[in-house]
Amino acid sequence: MNTPQSVIGTPAAGKPIVNIRGLRKSFGEHVVLQGIDFDVQPSQVVVVIGPSGSGKSTFLRCCNGLEKPDSGRVEICGRLLADAGRMLDDQALNHLREDVGMVFQSFNLFPHLSVIDNITVGPRKVRGLSRQQTEAEALALLDKVGLRQKAHAMPASLSGGQKQRVAIARALAMQPQLMLFDEPTSALDPELVGEVLQVMKLLAGEGMTMMVVTHEMDFAREVADVVVVMDGGALIEAGPPDIIFTRPTQARTRDFLQAVLSRN
Amino acid sequence: MELDFSPAFAGWRSLLSGALVTVEITAVALVLGCIMGLLVGIGRLNPARRVVYALCTGYVAAIRGTPLLVQLFILFFGLPQFGIMLPAFVCGVIGLGIYSGAYVSEIVRGAIQSIDKGQMEAARSIGMSYGTAMRNIILPQALVRMIPPLGNEFIALIKNSALVSLLTIHELMHEGQKIISVSYRSLEVYLVIAVMYFVLTGLTTLALRRIEQRLRAGGMVQ
Repeated sequence: MNTPQSVIGTPAAGKPIVNIRGLRKSFGEHVVLQGIDFDVQPSQVVVVIGPSGSGKSTFLRCCNGLEKPDSGRVEICGRLLADAGRMLDDQALNHLREDVGMVFQSFNLFPHLSVIDNITVGPRKVRGLSRQQTEAEALALLDKVGLRQKAHAMPASLSGGQKQRVAIARALAMQPQLMLFDEPTSALDPELVGEVLQVMKLLAGEGMTMMVVTHEMDFAREVADVVVVMDGGALIEAGPPDIIFTRPTQARTRDFLQAVLSRN
Repeated sequence: MELDFSPAFAGWRSLLSGALVTVEITAVALVLGCIMGLLVGIGRLNPARRVVYALCTGYVAAIRGTPLLVQLFILFFGLPQFGIMLPAFVCGVIGLGIYSGAYVSEIVRGAIQSIDKGQMEAARSIGMSYGTAMRNIILPQALVRMIPPLGNEFIALIKNSALVSLLTIHELMHEGQKIISVSYRSLEVYLVIAVMYFVLTGLTTLALRRIEQRLRAGGMVQ
């Protein structure tokens, strides 16, 4: 059986960027995560799939402290984010988040700031850099996501795909070691999905460590080093995409894949 | 009986200086009200911070639940019993400021809570502290949404300021009453005063509409 540990935590691997043991989280009565063990090695691309309500987003949000785990150990970039229901103190948490970029389903660009200000506001307000110090880097990031010509546009004038690409640039501006993508293409019109996935592939190619919650199975197949299947708040299966997609061991994985793939 | 506006018109100087005091007192009270409203509104965002939340909620309940006139009289006639003798103008400004602060705080709280919570999450996710995110991301957006209701509050404050005439402050209402006391032309003088208040509130409305249009043109309001 492909257990998460046997596949991901290979003995030869270095120190993992994400190291999670026994992660549990409930919202009231509802148990969302029931004891997750999981590692991500540097430069790995991990794609998390599973039916809606399986706890994928909550799992991701526990990795940058947007959700507070009830119990378990969450170690990110070598720092203990949460342990036995206690979180890193606020200041250290803010500092850790500089190293963990997050991209949201609904983009969450700052609508009152221009595209370039969206990207530089983090370095300016968190790191205390000046506009001049941050501008060149921001323009380089806009080049990378193919939106340099939109530097001075307001977010309201962009398409969904463009917004998401700016949001990726905004996260990259903090020079993170780890990028979290929470259904980055789910709110997009179908014809705009490709441009966002393209940027994500570029990042993966550059060796960025990524955790991606998505329903884009082609992306998972093509880019993921590890595909993780979640159901009912647990990791039920993990492994390289060619194994998960062709020879899953779990019946629930097969059911899920069948349901998703027959849609296309 | 015939209307005779001549006493009212003859007293235009004192009415105008009264109107000026009305504008002064309202403007200072509004600044005070906005500062209090901002602090109290933010204090009421998180019920988990119990003491702050309870203090702010108590303030809003007390101020909204009692007449402004009673509050003004407590400041002006009540406090001297404790040896606190504030000048009438100061009492008027503080009274109106504290009063409008309670209403402004609800405007502030509503506007902040109307901002999508993804904004705070996005700001925190790039490493901003709560305060930095509030100042740079949430408040600038909330401020735009506050302008129309703040305009209404400003207009209400202009009208409520007539009450401070009872604290012997020489604002518009008080100046009018002085003219009436020697001319006995109540209807005419009050009509002139009403028109003057109407002009003040009307100008405020126009100014606010202009500001809103500018924000809209600048892409600040969707």
